[in-house]
Amino acid sequence: MSIKITDMMDRPDVLLRGNFACAGCGLSVAYRSAISALDKPIVVIPACCASVIQSLHPNVTYNVPTLNIAFAAHASAASGITRAKKMRGEDYTVVIWSGDGGTYDIGLSTWSGAAERNENIIHFCYDNGFYSNTGAQRSGATPRGAVTTTTPAGKSEKRKSVARIMAAHDIPYIATASVGYPRDIYAKSKKAAKIEGYKFILIDAPCPTGWNSDPAITQELGQLAVKTGYFPLYEIVNGKLVFSKQGSKYCDPTNRVPIEEYLDKQGRFSQMTPKNIEDLKKDLQFEWDMLAKLE
Amino acid sequence: MTEEHELKDPVLPLGRPTIGSAGNTGTWRTSKPVFIEENCIKCYQCWVACPEGTIRVDSKGEFPYVDYVYCKGCGMCVHVCPKGALEMKPE
Repeated sequence: MSIKITDMMDRPDVLLRGNFACAGCGLSVAYRSAISALDKPIVVIPACCASVIQSLHPNVTYNVPTLNIAFAAHASAASGITRAKKMRGEDYTVVIWSGDGGTYDIGLSTWSGAAERNENIIHFCYDNGFYSNTGAQRSGATPRGAVTTTTPAGKSEKRKSVARIMAAHDIPYIATASVGYPRDIYAKSKKAAKIEGYKFILIDAPCPTGWNSDPAITQELGQLAVKTGYFPLYEIVNGKLVFSKQGSKYCDPTNRVPIEEYLDKQGRFSQMTPKNIEDLKKDLQFEWDMLAKLE
Repeated sequence: MTEEHELKDPVLPLGRPTIGSAGNTGTWRTSKPVFIEENCIKCYQCWVACPEGTIRVDSKGEFPYVDYVYCKGCGMCVHVCPKGALEMKPE
């Protein structure tokens, strides 16, 4: 499905201007692209940066119905909403908008339950690779070698693959998207809205404050993550993996941009030794090999 | 329920969508993006890239403009513009 930018302009103000997001926020771009694709959304937000940027009570920056809920309760709350709306015969799209902390680590048990029951929810995870709202602590999504406040010498473990955990639940639709390609986020969000059952979309959202990068290159960082093979773009529809148009040619390692180009633009990787970079490359290739088995 | 106990407004922690919920965030900026209209091809890459939604387009086919009250000056619009129709100028 090819999407024009003018198609995205039908709902321009799902996120109102003048909010608490940092300059160059990747989450804001992801939110605008993803939620503007949905008809009548109800968004459930656990503790994450998305609950910070909505600003101070009684003002809210989100122009769609939004429920703030405790960290581990997002999928349970969304399950309740989707069932209540179904009983009343009202047609709403129930959405979980969670960060990587709420998806990779803390909310895992609740979304696993909701995915097992195959509730009719779209679960978005914007992945910036650490707990951004509490001050950059490491999370399961932090890549090897990245500096956070709790890993001052760089993380020594590899990054968890939440999309493959999600794939083990055999849900109808899983996709990954990147802030580097907002039209792709919009298209995948629109596609997910048409599918019945639990849908999961993982969005790579660069964070200039936590990654110690230039705010102006947020979109470029998103694109570089795809081009270097750091963040593969794919869809898993009913258990069958298909690489997306933007990302398919990077299956072949020779087509990829050197990973150093991506790492050099971020201050969080400034302590990486050549050994760390080798290990990170092995982690990435391992992920691609595992994905190829799902093809 | 007697009248004095009746609640006029429901006591819920309920917020309302507001533009500028964090105040005039334009004061955060140190340099600002300036449009050069003759270079603009209306591709709207800047509109998509702007995290804040401060690049405004009144209707499809119109030239974009910047809402300087809330623009935080991240420079993403300038970076993504393919034709150099935007440039950063010190505040």
